[in-house]
Amino acid sequence: MDTLLFFTFAAIAVLCGISVVVQTHPIKSAISLIGVMGSLAVLYLLLGAEFIAATQVVVYAGAVMVLFIFVIMLLNAESEPKGGRSWPAKLMGIPLLVILLGLLSYVIQIWNPDPQEVSFGSFTGGGPREIGEALFTEYLLPFEVTSVLILVAILGAVVLAGGGGKESER
Amino acid sequence: MNFYLLSLIKAAVVAAALMTTLAYLQWVERKVIAHIQLRMGPYRVGPHGLLQPIADVIKLLTKEDLIPGHVNKLIYLMAPFLAVSLALISISIIPFGPEIDVFGIQTYMQLTDLNIGVLFLLAISSVSVYAIALAGWASNNKYALLGSLRAAAQMISYELPLGIALAAPLLMAGSLSLREIVDAQGGYFFGVIPNWFVFQLPAPQVFGFVIFLIAAFAETNRIPFDLPEAENELVAGFHTEYSSLKFASFFMAEYANMITITAITTTMFLGGWHPIFPVEYGSAFAPTAIFGLAGVMAAYHAMHTIRRRDRFTLPGVAVALLGIALLFLVPMVQTWLLPLFWFLAKTGSLLFLFIWVRGTMPRFRYDQLMRFAWTFLFPVSVVNLFATAFLVAVFGS
Amino acid sequence: MTAVPLSWYLILSAVLFSLGVAGFLFRRNLITMFMCIELMLNAVNLSMVAFSHKYEQIDGHIFTFFVMVVAAAEAAVGLAIILTVVKNRKTLAVDELNSMKY
Repeated sequence: MDTLLFFTFAAIAVLCGISVVVQTHPIKSAISLIGVMGSLAVLYLLLGAEFIAATQVVVYAGAVMVLFIFVIMLLNAESEPKGGRSWPAKLMGIPLLVILLGLLSYVIQIWNPDPQEVSFGSFTGGGPREIGEALFTEYLLPFEVTSVLILVAILGAVVLAGGGGKESER
Repeated sequence: MNFYLLSLIKAAVVAAALMTTLAYLQWVERKVIAHIQLRMGPYRVGPHGLLQPIADVIKLLTKEDLIPGHVNKLIYLMAPFLAVSLALISISIIPFGPEIDVFGIQTYMQLTDLNIGVLFLLAISSVSVYAIALAGWASNNKYALLGSLRAAAQMISYELPLGIALAAPLLMAGSLSLREIVDAQGGYFFGVIPNWFVFQLPAPQVFGFVIFLIAAFAETNRIPFDLPEAENELVAGFHTEYSSLKFASFFMAEYANMITITAITTTMFLGGWHPIFPVEYGSAFAPTAIFGLAGVMAAYHAMHTIRRRDRFTLPGVAVALLGIALLFLVPMVQTWLLPLFWFLAKTGSLLFLFIWVRGTMPRFRYDQLMRFAWTFLFPVSVVNLFATAFLVAVFGS
Repeated sequence: MTAVPLSWYLILSAVLFSLGVAGFLFRRNLITMFMCIELMLNAVNLSMVAFSHKYEQIDGHIFTFFVMVVAAAEAAVGLAIILTVVKNRKTLAVDELNSMKY
């Protein structure tokens, strides 16, 4: 059952990833990226990271990608014109890429034979309680600094996209 | 029993009940709004318009299923499907009752319990923005695009107060799992006042409840926040170009969202399936009393009817109501029917509140709506969270 | 087999990362390039969570959480910059955004 879930969602993730790169219209790329994030959330659940899976859906798929889609709709982005590339590149590019990746995976597997297998339920320390304890004891400084970072980002985005202050009537 | 088979049976029961409730919620809404506006509402199709939802479904299904030529087909077809499935999926973690024993099988009255239940609900509400945004964009129509962008911006703006208002009861419950949240609301203090989170010391969540309800109105695009689908302003908003079954899907998704969010409110703030006064004071007989009273009133009216046909139908209604009242006295049925009754009573009252507000209030203008969210509701919900945290830290939960 | 070796998660992460790099190098639309950056960040998140599973510690999850937060902040500011650039240059193709002088 774990294997079936892993293969299904890994296949969906790779197909959506290829679709992000290949599609001409930005909206279709954005929807494919949402597909990637969703399937990654399921893979996080398989790895026992339930809080991270929920955060991935809420923050990434639910907020960041909505922002992307808003900007694409606002800018009325259109499909990219098809660029000309040389035909040897198009013909040999993908097979060579696949061979390279396969070789790399094989070499990595040979050098670091990792007998540990991932089975669903073997790591139960990924719940909100453990994350909360770690965030507020060991990683408190990065947590507070990240809050300041988000505040700076909000200010930057408001100033940049709000007209820069020259045309604001108060 | 096999886990998969049991889950399948529970899912089938909940899905069937939910779809029927959806259809008849529309009937209830039309009747209530009509009576607020001093008219009758659906009256002719079936007795008192009870077959009106079926007539509407038949009408919507037999309309011409038109796909305009200028739309982006894949996204156009995907958006209503996404809307309905996301609206229905949140009901899967809502607890309807405690652990019960049905024909020797011990099971909880809940489809499944996640230990990140509240985060799952927030995740689903975050992703359901896409259905509306993509529907408007795929329609290739400026009214639809404008309506959908407004609706999406409204939904993501009100998700913030929703989430922060939802975080305050979590401080008192100490867990993200919905089953444990409802369990933390059992019991009574001073012997009489229920221990729901709206009333529970040290931090009664009255403000949190109100903030959550206001944000819930905005999340489900109901009046007073329904400018994105305002009929007299934007043609029909983001579902302008949709017809027949796809339009019905958006409609169903709106009602399903309403039911889901009132169920969440009941679970988080109003104590889920716990009764309103203790069993020692006879709360096991409250539903019997209510239905019995309704049956007696129907029987009384059946004796002096105005129309001729009521002489045959009203006694039937009286007998049905008295039968339901007696059903609540059967001990085997009481274990699961009583918690379900209290849960449905609370959810139903909140749904009546939704419909009542729809019939009564005007709608906000769009900039008023956004300003209300960012400058008022969000700071108030943060202050509520701080106050709750302070009280819980000082007095303990 | 009844379970999946951990290295397969790492290989999946490598595949997604290389897809992100390929998209970033080959695409000409500014927003699509930005989305390929997000794809790369997601691939790295997956490998961090996988290692956290291997060593049975929570630290990988914490790092992932911070990466997500930083990516959200970066997306907000980056998209605001893109809006400003498009308002001034009126084009989204990176080939034409090749001089600082407007």
